[in-house]
Order: sequence, then C-alpha cells, then structure tokens
Amino acid sequence: MKKKIIFIQAQIKNHLVSLLWLVPLAFLLIFYFFPLSKILGISIGRSESGIIAPFMEAIRSSYIRKVIGFTFWQATLSTIITLGIGIPGAYLLARYKFKGKAMFRAFTGIPFVMPTLVVAAAFNSLIGPRGWFNLVLMEIFNLNTPPLTLTNTLSAILIAHVFFNTTIVLRMVGDFWSHLDPRIEHAARTLGANRWQTLFRVTLPLLMPVITAAALLVFIFDFTSFGVILILGGPKYATLEVEIYYQTISLFNLPLAAVLAIVQLLCTLGLTIAYTRIVTRFTKPLSPISRQVTQRCLYSWRSRIFAVVLITAMLLFFTLPLISLAARSVTRLEPDRGQHEVTSKGLTLEFYQELYINRRSSFFYVTPTRAVTTSLMYALATVVITLALGIPASLALSRKTNSKFNRFMDPIIMLPLGTSAVTLGLGFIVALNRPPLDLRTSPLLIPIAHSLVAFPFVVRSLSPALSSIQPRLRQSAAVLGASPGRVLRTIDFPLVGRALLVATIFAFTISMGEFGATALISRPEYPTIPLMIYRFISQPGGLNYGQALALSTILMLITAVGMLVIERFRIANIGEF
Amino acid sequence: MKHNLTLIIVGLLVVLLLFACSQQKATSPTEALATVQLEEEIVEEPQKLTVMTHDSFDISDNVLAAFENQENAEIQFFKAGDTGTAVNKAVLSKDEPLADVFYGVDNTFLSRVLNEDIFEPYDSPLLTQIPDVFKIDPQHRALPVDFGDVCLNYDKAFFEENNILPPQSLTDLLKPDYKDLLVVQNPATSSPGLSFLLATIGFFGEEGYLEFWQSLTDNNVKIVDDWETAYYGEFSRWGGRYPIVVSYGSSPPFEMIYAEEPMDEPPTAAIVSDGSCFRQIEFVGILKGTKNRALAEKWVDFMLSKDFQEDIPLKMYVFPVNENSEMDETFVNYLAIPEEPVYLDPELIATNRESWIQAWTETILR
Repeated sequence: MKKKIIFIQAQIKNHLVSLLWLVPLAFLLIFYFFPLSKILGISIGRSESGIIAPFMEAIRSSYIRKVIGFTFWQATLSTIITLGIGIPGAYLLARYKFKGKAMFRAFTGIPFVMPTLVVAAAFNSLIGPRGWFNLVLMEIFNLNTPPLTLTNTLSAILIAHVFFNTTIVLRMVGDFWSHLDPRIEHAARTLGANRWQTLFRVTLPLLMPVITAAALLVFIFDFTSFGVILILGGPKYATLEVEIYYQTISLFNLPLAAVLAIVQLLCTLGLTIAYTRIVTRFTKPLSPISRQVTQRCLYSWRSRIFAVVLITAMLLFFTLPLISLAARSVTRLEPDRGQHEVTSKGLTLEFYQELYINRRSSFFYVTPTRAVTTSLMYALATVVITLALGIPASLALSRKTNSKFNRFMDPIIMLPLGTSAVTLGLGFIVALNRPPLDLRTSPLLIPIAHSLVAFPFVVRSLSPALSSIQPRLRQSAAVLGASPGRVLRTIDFPLVGRALLVATIFAFTISMGEFGATALISRPEYPTIPLMIYRFISQPGGLNYGQALALSTILMLITAVGMLVIERFRIANIGEF
Repeated sequence: MKHNLTLIIVGLLVVLLLFACSQQKATSPTEALATVQLEEEIVEEPQKLTVMTHDSFDISDNVLAAFENQENAEIQFFKAGDTGTAVNKAVLSKDEPLADVFYGVDNTFLSRVLNEDIFEPYDSPLLTQIPDVFKIDPQHRALPVDFGDVCLNYDKAFFEENNILPPQSLTDLLKPDYKDLLVVQNPATSSPGLSFLLATIGFFGEEGYLEFWQSLTDNNVKIVDDWETAYYGEFSRWGGRYPIVVSYGSSPPFEMIYAEEPMDEPPTAAIVSDGSCFRQIEFVGILKGTKNRALAEKWVDFMLSKDFQEDIPLKMYVFPVNENSEMDETFVNYLAIPEEPVYLDPELIATNRESWIQAWTETILR
C-alpha cells in the first residue's frame, strides 16, 4: 500500500513540472489561437468558391511562389550577415572587459527600437542622394551625380535588417558565451589544436544552442519584415507580409490573405521544429562560470587591435545613422535658397520647443512627457507579463527535455512571431468582441500584443541558460536539504540572472518599439511615442518633419537610459554572475 | 557604485528636463477654458458617444468642447489605423460594432462599406448646404464630410534655377524635358499612389492609361512604396533628386504654414489642370446597431456644420464640403483647387481595383 502511495506521489511530482505550462498556455490560447483561428475561419469562409479554391489559387500562382521565394532569400541573406557581424561582436563582449562596455551594448541595441520610417530618414541623411557620403564623394571626385545609390535595392533591405537585428545576436550569444568555461578551450589548445580548430570544433559546437536560437529569432523577424521592405526596398520587392497587407487592406481578398498567412505560419513552424531538433542534439550541460573568471582585460596587442577595429566599425555602423538623426533634429532643416544641401547652417532647439506647443489647439495633442510616460507604462506592463509567462515556460522546457508535451509546446511558443500582424490585429477585432473579453478598444490589448512578440524572446534567452546548468548542481542542493523552491531561488536564478536581464531588456525594447501594435485600435488619450512620430512624419512642412526627428531622438535617449538601468539591476545577486 | 550614481543622475536630469520644458510652455488657453466650462455644467450624466476614425482625424479642443457642452455629451474617440485598415475593422466588426459612428471611409473604399451594409441611412438637414457632386451615396448612408485632391506637386526653385517651364498637365510629363524628374507611389501600397493611377485612368481612359504609363517608364519615372519616402526622401524640396512628386493639392500651402521661418509664398506648387488631379472625398456614417442613434445624428450634423467644417483644413489637411464655410486667408491665396478633378464611380473602382493595379504593376515593374 505504502509503495503504491509513494509511486503515485512520484508520478504526480513528475507531471507537476508540466503544470508550469498552465499560465503560458492559457495566455496563448486566449490571445493568440482564439483570435487567429477566428479570423482565418471568417476569411476562408468568405471565399465564394469554397474552401479549397484559395489554396489552389495560391499554389498555382507563379507570382505567389516568387514572393515566397524572395521572402526566404532575403531573410536567409540577412540572417547570415547578421550572424557574421554579431558573432565576432559577441566574442568581444563575452571574453573581454573594457570601459564603456555597457554603453556599447546599449548603442547597438537602440536601432531595434526605432520605427522604420525614422531609420529610413536617418539612412537617407547619410547615404541618400544628398546625404553626407554622396556630398563628400562628389566634392572629392568632382562628380555631377551622386555615386552611391542604395535606396530601393536589396542591399538597402539587408543593411537595414542587420542594423535592426544584430543586437539580438550580440546580447543572446554574448551572454551565454560569457559563462562558457574557458578551460575547455585551453584544454583543446594544450592538446595541440590551433586557434581555428578550437573555434570550430570546440567553441562553436558548445555555442550551437544559443546561436541557433538567436539565428531563429533573427530569421523570423526578417521573414515577417514589413516596414523595411516597403520603405527601403520599394515596389520591386514584395515579401509575404507585404502581400498579405495588400490582399487584406487594399483588395479585401480575405481568403487569399488567410492562405498566405497560413503559409507564413507553416514556414515558421517548420523552422522552429528544425531548430528544436538541432538544439536537442547540441545541448550539453556544463557548469556556467562566473564572468569574473571568464573575462579578461585587453592585454595582448592582438586582442587590442581586434577590439579597436571591431568596436570602431560597429559603432560607426550602428551609431552614425542615429547621430546623424539627432544632429538633424537640432539643425535648421530648410536649405538655403539656391544651395541644395542637406542641412543649412544654424543650430536650433525649435523642434523640441514646438513639441510642447499645441499650436493648433488640437484635441489630440499630448506633451512628449505624457507620451514618454505612456510608452514606459506599456513597457513596464509588457515586462511583467512576459516574465510571468516566460519564466514558467523556460523552467518547464529545461527541466524535462524529453517530455512529449515540451517538444510540442516549444515550436508553438514561436508562432506569434511568425504571424502576420495585419491578420492577428483583425483577429483581435473579431474574437475579443464579447465581455468579459471585449478588449478590442482597451489599452490593455497593447501590452498583450507586445507580450506575444516578446514572450518567445524571453523563452529563447532563458532556456539555453537554464538547460546549461548541470543537473548535479540542483541534485546536490536537494540532497543537502533544499526544497524545489529553494533550489530555484539559490541555484537557478543567480546562475541565469543575467539571461533574465537580457530577456527583460528585450521585452522592454520590443514594447518601446511598438512592434505590430499599430494593427490594433488605439486610444488617442494613451498615445505612444512611435504613433506620435508617425503622425508628424506623414504631413508636409518643415515644422512637422523636425518634430518627428526631435521625438525620435527623445525615443532613442529614453530607450538607451532604460536599457542601461535594467542592466544595472542588482537584487538577489541577479546580474552579478 | 560610481557608475550607478552617474546613471541615476543622468536619468533624473533627462526627466527633469522634460518636466521643465512642459511647465514653461502653457497648454493652449482654450483647453483650460473648456475644462472650466465642462466642470461648471455637469448637472446630469453626460451621454456617451463613441466615434471611430482613421489615424489622421483631428479636431480643435474648443470646437469639440462646444459640441460636448451643447449636447451634454462625452465623446470617446477610437483611432483604427490608416483608411483601408480602419474600413476593414469596421466591416469585420459589423455584428458587434466598435463604435456608434465611423468617419474616414473615402471614395476608393466606399463601395466596400456600402456592399457590406455597415451604415444606417440618415437624411441630415445639413445636406442641403453641400453641393450634389459630393453626395455619392443617394441613400445617405455615407455622408460627405471633406475632400482633398491628389495632384502633382513640383519644386519651384528647381525649375527656376534650371530655366525649365514647370509641367502644366499629365501629357507634359511625357516630354523629354521632364525625363528623370518624376517620383510616384505604388498604387498597391499607397493611397495617393492609387489616386494618381485613378486620375490617369480617368484622363486617358481604360484603354489609354497603360500606354501613358509605359511612356512614363521610358521617361525614367521613379516608383516608391509610400508617401513619406516620396515626399521627404525623393522630392527635391527635401533633399532628394526629383522635383516632381505625387502629393496633395494642399501640400504647397501647408509647406508655408508649417515652415520653420515665415515665407512669402509656398516653395512648391500643385498642377491642377483639368483631369490631372483625383478627388478623394471622405465620408461619415452611423454604424448599424448603435444604441445612441439620436446623439449619433447630432454628431453627424455637427460634422457637416459650419463650425466643424471650418476647423477641418488646419487639422486634417483636407477641405470642407459645406459651401457656407469660409477658408483661412493662406488657403484662399495659395490653395489651387482644380476645377475639373477626376471623379470615378466607387463601384467601378471596387470592381477593377485589382486588375488595374495588376496591369500597372506588369507595365511598370517587369
């Protein structure tokens, strides 16, 4: 009898871990699967020629096939280049200590937050037809036409993607790498391997879980990219997301749009399943080592040159457009008559001052301070929600890697990232229309929508870190008398504390950058900074354009400060490790 | 510790700066007055009305406050995205309407909302003050509120410096003088882009417009996806290479009104010859299933009335339909309103939109 009770108790404990999925699963069911299935159902239901017809139409159309092909192509190229720049950068951040490291990380993280229109304006002021580069080149070589034409090319798309997304690789890989035991590499070297052999046969395989996680996130972002394709790519380049927008909004061809959204989802699903296969093969639990041990100062000349070259190149690439933007927000925009220059002489704070003036007595006017506060409140709400969802999910994923349920849930988490924002936005309209869930016009929907995007980031940041903790550490603690809760508090959290901070930073920046939330109904009394920027930049006139630039600069500053504050969070030894 | 302190100080400074700036400049006096008025007059519960609009909707505080006081009402606004997105949301939520009134559907989307039957008809008494040419829906389900013209804009300085005569009509664009000078938006992704395409279809007819576009391609027309990129990125007024751009007839006077330094005249001008502009009209309608029909009617009347109509130009960059409304001096002097803009039947637009855009795409981009 007693044996049976103990047996049952053990079974229950075994399955308790799966209970961790309760909250995340409920959230996904209510706010993702329910709206998505409803809008897809309604869309396909509108098809006049039956359910199969739109699918056939999509398969037969060579244009659609080309669009899908191009979407993959540009996403693959972008991801490869992002990894190519991000991994050396991650190495620098992981293995070396140097002054201004936190600032460097923050600067490379700001692009993630900036609205695409603003980034396009920044790039334009640098490499546009009358941007600095072209003006200088024309001066030096006495040319009549600007030599650099990068707008509306594939290169522009790739550059923008790298600009936005490198920070994902830098933070995720950098953090994980900083806890990797260097002695494994040292052992390989003593056994006769040279630097490159160690890199390819020891280090990179150990980093595989986090590199694939980062690559997956970057790829999905590039795959579903909308603003960059539209603004920097132009009409010649159409991806699935652009096509879905066109079919839904312009043509109201909901059946075809639904089919394309399903195709997009299936591609995401396929990629995520491939990812989980790779990761389970490569995950090796090791003891994470404190950064105090793994990081060293830049002693050798080789490392110093490497650091200087890489830091300069990256800072130039990431901050130059932003500095150019900030500079334009304080210079007079009006070119002098007869001189077609980018900027005119004269510094001015008038755009910032103008932000505080409600010159036309608009009812919808809000001060920048109010918009900043609103954005920060939404960001805080998003952080809380995503951590509440992401921590249980990551714990469940790392505890029982062989559970069938885990293997099923892992790809499911990533689906919201690969879902068309237009479709999901409409899904909210048709699904959340009855109390107690009539949230269609509620400001609460905004942090919820942000959380759908940020939650996969949290899980992908925390899971590799949690999985890399040797089970024996936990087992030793348990043997010494710690309850499961105590083990969590004293073993897991301090060791993955930094990964937790990385996850928080992602949630914060995703919310500030307002991904996809423009697909929702907005309450004009709670405007966010990106919404206000769009309002200014979509109207003619110097004062409007200048105010858009000024607000963008404010967004940059607030985000940078926010990221730096989160990084310095020091409670319960989180972040110290 | 040192770094923490520096960071906190920097953070506090930024916040203090923002607060300081907001204290210096007073909010508009009319807003303060309106608040006082509202407080004085709360006798009974104000009736609530929800109005759904697109993102470009705007109104002055005092104009809104006047309505709210007069009718003892409280208006809640919902902004639903750009015109097309807002229309889609209104249509998909028609069984459980998001609001009482929907403003923002334009004539390129009118057919969609009328076929989906989301509005209740309302015969507003103020319709008598509106010229018939705007009343596209004879059943008065969608009532016209404002209009704007999508026209070619050109940069005066460029043409002066290079001693070229600015183009006067659509056919002029085909002349070799104007090679490499025009930037246009993609009709699939941009509302003014679509309107310009419709203008060419109206002017050259369904048989001739593709030939026109083929010739434009031979003249190296530049295509971008959205208005912001075309206007602030490629237009020579703002540092680009192209002195002719598709924008709105209202853009030149707004360049003047929102200029950094006062100007004597607008730096750009619009081409308003017969048949070269497309007229966009925006409508308001009472959504089916509203529980506040009486107040909704009052709101619609208000939107068609002189007070609101005169407020429109400086708020929404479009123009009033009410013929009794007076316009600001700047507009009277510098706004060129085309006498013969292109009108196309909304049903025709709805039926042929896709095939026209597809034909255009094949001509231009292949």
